[in-house]
Amino acid sequence: MTASLEAAERLLEHLPPSPAVWCSGLRKRYGRQSAVDDVGFTVGRGEVVGLLGPNGAGKTSVIKILLGLVRPDAGEVLLLGRPAQEPVSRARVGYLPELFRYQPWLTAAEVLRLHVRLAGVQVPEEERRAALAVVGLADRVDDRVGGFSKGMQQRLGLAVALVARPELVVLDEPTSALDPIGRADVRDLLLSLKDRGVAVLLNSHLIGEVERVCDRVVILDKGRVAASGSMAELLGQRELRLRLEGVGPDAEAQMAAAGRLIRSGDWFTIGLPADEAASIVPDLVRDLVALGVRVHAVEPGRISLEERLLDILRAGSGGAR
Amino acid sequence: MPLRTVLTMAALTIHESARRRVLRAIVAMTLVLLALSAFGFSRIDAEFSGLTSGEARLVASVVLNLIMFGLSLIAALGTAFLAGPTLAGEIESGMALSVLARPVARWAVLVGKWLGLIVFGSGFVVLAGAAHFVVVWATVGYWPPDPVTGLGLLAAQTTVLLTLGLVLSTIISPMASGIVAVGLFGATWIAGIVGTIGELLDNDGVARVGVVSRILLPTDGLWRGAMHAFQDPTVLAVYGAGEGPHPFLGQSSLTLAYLGWVLVWVMLLLGLASVFFRRRDL
Repeated sequence: MTASLEAAERLLEHLPPSPAVWCSGLRKRYGRQSAVDDVGFTVGRGEVVGLLGPNGAGKTSVIKILLGLVRPDAGEVLLLGRPAQEPVSRARVGYLPELFRYQPWLTAAEVLRLHVRLAGVQVPEEERRAALAVVGLADRVDDRVGGFSKGMQQRLGLAVALVARPELVVLDEPTSALDPIGRADVRDLLLSLKDRGVAVLLNSHLIGEVERVCDRVVILDKGRVAASGSMAELLGQRELRLRLEGVGPDAEAQMAAAGRLIRSGDWFTIGLPADEAASIVPDLVRDLVALGVRVHAVEPGRISLEERLLDILRAGSGGAR
Repeated sequence: MPLRTVLTMAALTIHESARRRVLRAIVAMTLVLLALSAFGFSRIDAEFSGLTSGEARLVASVVLNLIMFGLSLIAALGTAFLAGPTLAGEIESGMALSVLARPVARWAVLVGKWLGLIVFGSGFVVLAGAAHFVVVWATVGYWPPDPVTGLGLLAAQTTVLLTLGLVLSTIISPMASGIVAVGLFGATWIAGIVGTIGELLDNDGVARVGVVSRILLPTDGLWRGAMHAFQDPTVLAVYGAGEGPHPFLGQSSLTLAYLGWVLVWVMLLLGLASVFFRRRDL
């Protein structure tokens, strides 16, 4: 019996680690309103995943379901390989809520001590102080939280999320109360988590932030997953803007063959697949010139995550109509 | 693991109670009550100097019960308004989110809070009650026959009320839970008096009101047991036998069965609070 158990353990050791987050078929209704409808996604170990979507898309509800704060009507969640119904699945999870508030009668150091104790890990005093220093609260360690500004409370919340040596960090709008310097700090923090192999699930309205740090994005709309994929997959398209004169039917057909073509006066915009864009552009310009087209301007461009997000959301609402 | 959570949350709750303004308010109210009763008792001695020692004990005994009622009222108000905000307020403000996202079972967080509140509430009742005994002893020389049992029952009364406050705070808003708990506490006390009147008039139906209310919310029953432990045994012989029941005299000590019911009641409500809290979306 023991031998077979050991064998099973050895077998498990050699399996790749389970994802940081795995969820499937999540549903939640509040009264007649459906907040989350058949949501499923995965956050791999060490991966930074952004959760995007308009207000009321169900992002915070999904996060709360993952952390056992909200009971789903249906669906399953595994956190770091364990079912989320077991509190122990959250032992290595750090969380900064959208609504961040900490015990005003405690000092910043006491809040961290409380969370370390609740997490059941031993973190020495210096390490706890270092967590406060990382978020810029080194000189407020022994001050009561009641006297903190909103931004400082959010920084404290980040320290709370990071202090118990997490393997997964869930950040819900981590920069909502921060000034531009604070936002830059959070970006650096996310990059350092990524370097240390800590998985991050990030819900943020600051798309630029998400685009810079995330490996993958899950876009929610009306409680459903509208799109998901790696940055390369989602932002795969490049754009080429051309200002041309003397475009005949042949030249237009040539451009349409390269990618989706939109004409506005003498400006032509062509959507190109990212991996082929580099080789297509010179050939296309050569062919156009050969067809007698006068080329005034060639502007290669990149589709931003913001444009892509708006595209996806518009397509979604168009489909619904 | 759950035990560590319970102890951590209990320590946090005691810490909170000690640092919140409600503690200062309770201490101030208690000091005022102590000073007033010291003054009052010294007046009894001065104004009724013609009383025999037996009569003086009688008067002191009844007045002490009155004062202890005031004390239990402070404890009731204090704990009900402490128990309410501690859970409902934390859910409303979002403070509960980061705590409950830790690897903790919700029932363990609830029991920890409950335990912390009991230590705080009972500690207050025992300390303030003992201080009153000393005041009464110093002014009129009266010492209750069974102070330990009496204070224990008052502590139990506080526990019952804060358990009720905690259950309510898992389903309604912080302020409302405090008000409802104190309202129910007052209603049972009045029902107790109604029952006493029923006994006086030999009306079983009215007397049953008191009995039923003492079973539904055991605060009044425990309070009567505590009074019995505080008052001089001769008091009942004088008042109780001749004139029938009295709102500030305990007729008899509590039965073990009733104490057992109180224990079951508290556990039932704590279980109920755990179920409500576990199902609650944050």
